[in-house]
Amino acid sequence: MAGFGTRSGSPHGRGGIPGFRFTLYALASIALMVLDQRTDWLRHVRFLSQGLTYPIEVVVNSPITAWHSIENSFASRRALEAENRRLRAQVRNLTIRTVRFDALARENAALIGLKKALPPVTKRWLPANIVDIELSRLRQRILIDRGTANGVFRNQAVLDDYGIVGQTMQVGPWSAAVLLITDPDSDLPVQIERTGLRTIAVGTGDPDKIALPYLPANANVRVGDVLVTSGLGGVFPAGYPVARVSRIQRGAAQPMSQVLATPFAHLQTDREVMLLWFRHDSPAAPLRETGGQLRVGTPGAQPLPAPPRPTSKAAPAPGKPGVKAPQAAQPTAGSAQPRQP
Amino acid sequence: MNTSPRMAIFKSVLIALILTLVPLPSWLAIIRPDFVVLTVLYWSIRAPRSGGIGLGWACGLILDAFQGSVLGEHALAVALVAYLGVREHQRIRTKPLLQQSLAVLVVLALYEFVLWAVDGWSGHPLNTALRWVPALTGALLWPVVAPILARSYRPRG
Repeated sequence: MAGFGTRSGSPHGRGGIPGFRFTLYALASIALMVLDQRTDWLRHVRFLSQGLTYPIEVVVNSPITAWHSIENSFASRRALEAENRRLRAQVRNLTIRTVRFDALARENAALIGLKKALPPVTKRWLPANIVDIELSRLRQRILIDRGTANGVFRNQAVLDDYGIVGQTMQVGPWSAAVLLITDPDSDLPVQIERTGLRTIAVGTGDPDKIALPYLPANANVRVGDVLVTSGLGGVFPAGYPVARVSRIQRGAAQPMSQVLATPFAHLQTDREVMLLWFRHDSPAAPLRETGGQLRVGTPGAQPLPAPPRPTSKAAPAPGKPGVKAPQAAQPTAGSAQPRQP
Repeated sequence: MNTSPRMAIFKSVLIALILTLVPLPSWLAIIRPDFVVLTVLYWSIRAPRSGGIGLGWACGLILDAFQGSVLGEHALAVALVAYLGVREHQRIRTKPLLQQSLAVLVVLALYEFVLWAVDGWSGHPLNTALRWVPALTGALLWPVVAPILARSYRPRG
């Protein structure tokens, strides 16, 4: 009547009182949580589970993939021609811009007193498809179909055509979970392009808002300011677009201004993202915390103040005329991302 | 005659898992009930010998694996749900469906509470009222889910 059969089993599960069994399982869960949280011992278990869950995720996602491919194969000739025209125009525009970019890079090198242009910061990139699956309700995470088999590593930068998307968190053999910049767990070191002011952008959980909670009320920030990555934190290189400031609230009684920004990346509509590998000898490369030793980049060409630890000597690379990296005004900004690759 | 509902349990958990993973528009995703938890709770009440705390713990670990949460978080929460189901199964199963829904609401609220507490403890706090919604929708959906699951297994054929 009430949805249950009349036959009932024994009141207790196999072996013992339910309270006792629950206590055992609860202790096991707590032990797992402590191990996972405080130690690195479960790294391989995570890797394995990421690999085991991936086939199921692919199967669940397959109807959507099939739908997209049917959509593509039945696209009309006219639509394809239109797309072709659009893409050709885009390629032309980008080519023109790239020509200009090379000139600018040379000019910039001349301005900062270098003999030749700096190496580009991007070493390699790899497109990845988003596996459209619900990873975690209310959290802003996505799954991509690239893993360690493709050389993906933990805390790798993920971008789309418009800006920063996020960074990889759990990497499995064929898949990786990406923490979007809008996730409440995400802290992204950014810089206001107009003023160079550095701060931290924190995810709000809302897919089209990130917050800048650490700006004082008198900070020089306006609606429309562009936020770019600052190169601190060890994940993203400097200068990649992140978001545009959309709203500023300053209360007379509040020491901090409440600033919200809209990400450039199309976090909700993307189907494909880019994984990036960086050259660590480029001055724009993300700074790694290497125990206080500033190891990367040519010290004379540091465009950004690097925050060495108070104990470090900021040693210049041997054999080159050393200019010490300027001391950072905000030493806290570098420690904003505790996760290390 | 198949006396053990293991196969039915396995199938229903798999379907519940798929329902959990299917991508939905964001507003639907927010009100989507925790199907796996509802399924575990059903089998803990209906078949405390086959289902039960071990089943709940295993399902919780699977949820942890998919959601990338701290390993053990969902395992603890779903094991608690299963334990409450097993302990109170005789009291719950004799009630009409609507009264069962109330009990389910309490159990699901406890489940969400455990997740909230562990999230906060492990440094991933998420303090939005939206996180409690699935407990409500889960309880509302119980009168639909329970009869469907009841059909999946008939011991006398």
